[in-house]
Parts: sequence; C-alpha cells; structure tokens
Amino acid sequence: MTENKYSLELPVLGGGLESPDAGGVVVLPSLNQPFVTGEMRTPVGTVPRIAAELAGRDRLGTLKARLGVNRANYKVEPGLYALGRPDETSPVLASANYKTSFDCLRRSLAGRDAWILVLDTKGINVWCAAGKGTFGTNELVYRIEAGGLKKVVAHRRIIVPQLAAPGVAAHTVKILSGFRVHYGPVRADDLPAYLDAGLAASRDMRRVSFGLPDRAILIPIELAGAAKIFFLASLAALLLAGLLGPAGLAANLFHDGLFAVAALGLGLLAGAVLHPLLLPWLPGRAFSQKGATAGLIVVLGLLYARGVDLSILPGKLEALAWLLIVPAVAAFLAMNFTGCSTYTSPAGVKKEMRLALPLEISAAALGSVLWIAALFTA
Amino acid sequence: MKDLIYLKNVASLHMDIARCTGCGMCREVCPHDVFVMNGKTAAIARRDACMECGACSRNCPAGALSVSAGVGCAAAVLNGLLGRSGGECCCGPAEDGGKTGCC
Repeated sequence: MTENKYSLELPVLGGGLESPDAGGVVVLPSLNQPFVTGEMRTPVGTVPRIAAELAGRDRLGTLKARLGVNRANYKVEPGLYALGRPDETSPVLASANYKTSFDCLRRSLAGRDAWILVLDTKGINVWCAAGKGTFGTNELVYRIEAGGLKKVVAHRRIIVPQLAAPGVAAHTVKILSGFRVHYGPVRADDLPAYLDAGLAASRDMRRVSFGLPDRAILIPIELAGAAKIFFLASLAALLLAGLLGPAGLAANLFHDGLFAVAALGLGLLAGAVLHPLLLPWLPGRAFSQKGATAGLIVVLGLLYARGVDLSILPGKLEALAWLLIVPAVAAFLAMNFTGCSTYTSPAGVKKEMRLALPLEISAAALGSVLWIAALFTA
Repeated sequence: MKDLIYLKNVASLHMDIARCTGCGMCREVCPHDVFVMNGKTAAIARRDACMECGACSRNCPAGALSVSAGVGCAAAVLNGLLGRSGGECCCGPAEDGGKTGCC
C-alpha cells in the first residue's frame, strides 16, 4: 500500500500546493525551489522531494552566507519535504529554514529515506532561533499540523535538534500535537549513528564544542562586520595625519597615515582573527582580556618594527597612543565574539562588559588624543 | 581539547531539588554537561559551565529548574544600552548564523 500512497512524480511542476482533502489546513512548500529534485505524492498532497547530495549552487550559497553575502535572506520555504523515498514508517526530522542548516541536515542523511519538517525560523539557524523562540513549541506544533504529519506517518515521533531545546518544551509538544520529541545530536554529522542506535545519543554527541574549525569558520563574518568601521577609521587617520603631520602632505600620509592604518589593521587582526584562533590559549576568561593581550603582543611587534625613538617626546606619545588604541580595538572586537561563542552566558557577558567597555572607550579616546599630540609635537 | 569555561560564579541556574522527578531531561538537553544524575534526582555538577541557554528549564516537566536565559552576546547587550531593540546581535535578522558550525 505504500506504493500507491507514496508515489514519485518527475519532473518538477507548479508550486505552493494546498491539499484539497485536508480542507485547506495543510500547507505544503513550493516545488519551485532550486534544490527540489522532484515531487512525491502523499496522503496530504504533493510534497517536494530533495536529495542528500548538495549541488555546486548549494555550496556556493553556503560560502556566500559565511562571508555575509545575502545571509539574512538565505532561506527555504517552511513545511514538509521528502528526502529519498520515505514512507509512513520513516523518521521525521525537524530543521530551521536557514538554508545552510537545511543543507547540513540533508547532507548528513545520504542514503536514507526521511521526512524533513522545516520550521519558519525567519532564515535563522537552529540554536539562535531557539534562543529567540522562533524555533519554538508553538511553531513546531503548528508545522506538525500544517504538514499533515499525522496522515503522512503512522508513528508519532519527531527528531528535533538538541540545540532547539532552549525554544522547544518537549512535554508540551507531546500534549499539543501527540508527537514525542526526540532530541537528536548537537551535530548533524552524528545523525546516522544516532538513527542506527535507535535514537540514542552518546554523551559526546550531546556536548557542544568550540574547536579550532568551529572558531576559524567565523573569522570571515567577524572581518566583514568590522570592515566598515575599519575603513572609516582608516580614512580619518589618513586625513588627520596628512593635515596635522610635521612634513608635507605626501610625506605625512606615508610616514604617519599609512602607519596608523597598519596599526588599526593589526588591531583588527588581533581581535577578529588571532583571538578566535588562539581563544583557549590566551590568558584570562573574559574575552576582552584575551583580545587585549593579543592586541598588546601585535602592537609591541609593530612599534619595534617601526623603531620608535623613545628618547623624544613625540616618540613617547606615539608609542603610548598605539599601546592604548590597538589593545582597545582588539579587546572590543574580541568582546563582540561572545555572540559567536558556544559557551558564554548572558550574565557573564554583562559582568565582563561593565568593566571592559568603559576601559576600551577611554583607552581608545586617550590614545587618539595622544596620537594627535604626537603629530603636533613632531 | 579541554573544556572552555567562561566567567565563574555568575550563572543564574537554580534547581529546586524537591520538585525534581529524576526524568533526566535536563541532562539530555544540556549542551555543556552541567547535570549529573544523583540517585533518583538530577543535580548541578558543573555550574560554571552553564551558558544560561535555558534548554533545561524549558524542558523540565516538573518545573524544577529556573535560569534567566538569553544569548551571551556583547552586541545584543550594547544594542540594549543604546536603546536599539534586540536582534542586531550575531543571531539577529541582519546577521544570523553566529553560533558555531552550520547547524
């Protein structure tokens, strides 16, 4: 009976179908999405069929999202999808509608048949959406209903990513929908092992890590986020150096302006690149402290390379200025990295910021005054 | 690699042991292995590892756990200070996907 209840139909046709026999309550996603490879007849209507294999376009999309291009709008339509050739006994897995989350899930299920229930998380990944409540109990219960899941599968189990737990109350979902939530592993890569073990996750699969690859992948977005302010600050530094410096405009730009840009760039490097990479080894627990340390190391190197003459006043002022500015910039950027980390608590971040933010602002302000003073006295 | 631990003695996690039924759900959903099963109830074993995500309290059927949950994100706190509404942190609509990895 599975054969006629669940039949495959190729090629792709039309879009946005509503099942007539579900009284318009069932809302199925459009078939007209680039990653849809076919369609599948189910008791509630025609469901888009997807493959586990990612196309070049999917990989390019993920790459762009990682670089911050079109990231806010990288979405799939919410609703029920068929992966492979699922039937009424196949597992149901819930996903966010951030395309990268969706791709990550289907890629991990190569060679398997499953139903994927995509929630409308406004294009936000699972963990962040759960924190905001968009990947939440109500949305999950609504999607179970709107996907006609009770008619599509004979069982009453749904696998939800563990990181959705801040938004989903499993016991409430059971009461409202009849479906029992099984929290899957943290990482999609562990799904095959989890499924093969009969929906059992090892302790290790339940823990979030923040290893070097996890941190390194966040660097481009950190740099992209800081690019605009870096550009503006560099422009201001060039202008000030050119106009206020001791020699002619061109010489000033070269001697003081470009050096200032290099110093600011090193602050950016320390805060947005070195800090994420060296996180476990930089001293202290507060991110701003770790970032300031990274900034201090690079600025000492820079001042040494410049051969600043500390026996004269302008040299002293300039050295002090960069010793204040670069660690402050790095500390601020590092502090912002708390939003990307997987282990910082809001109570901790507030505590850190109460002390770090005033220090960062005053160091940067005082440093800027000293730098301008150095230009005047040179 | 070793566990990364953030600031100590700040987590607002609280457990009312009298209410705990020992179902183990908190242990299942916690991403930082904060809980252990201690006989017939759960117990907080690694408080300083708690990132206040709220998964445990949300999924405790007995209502034995409380935590003032949120995202530990400086940009969100900054926006709050500046009077801008939230959502501009790494997890915001403008830039989501902050939290690690792809899922």
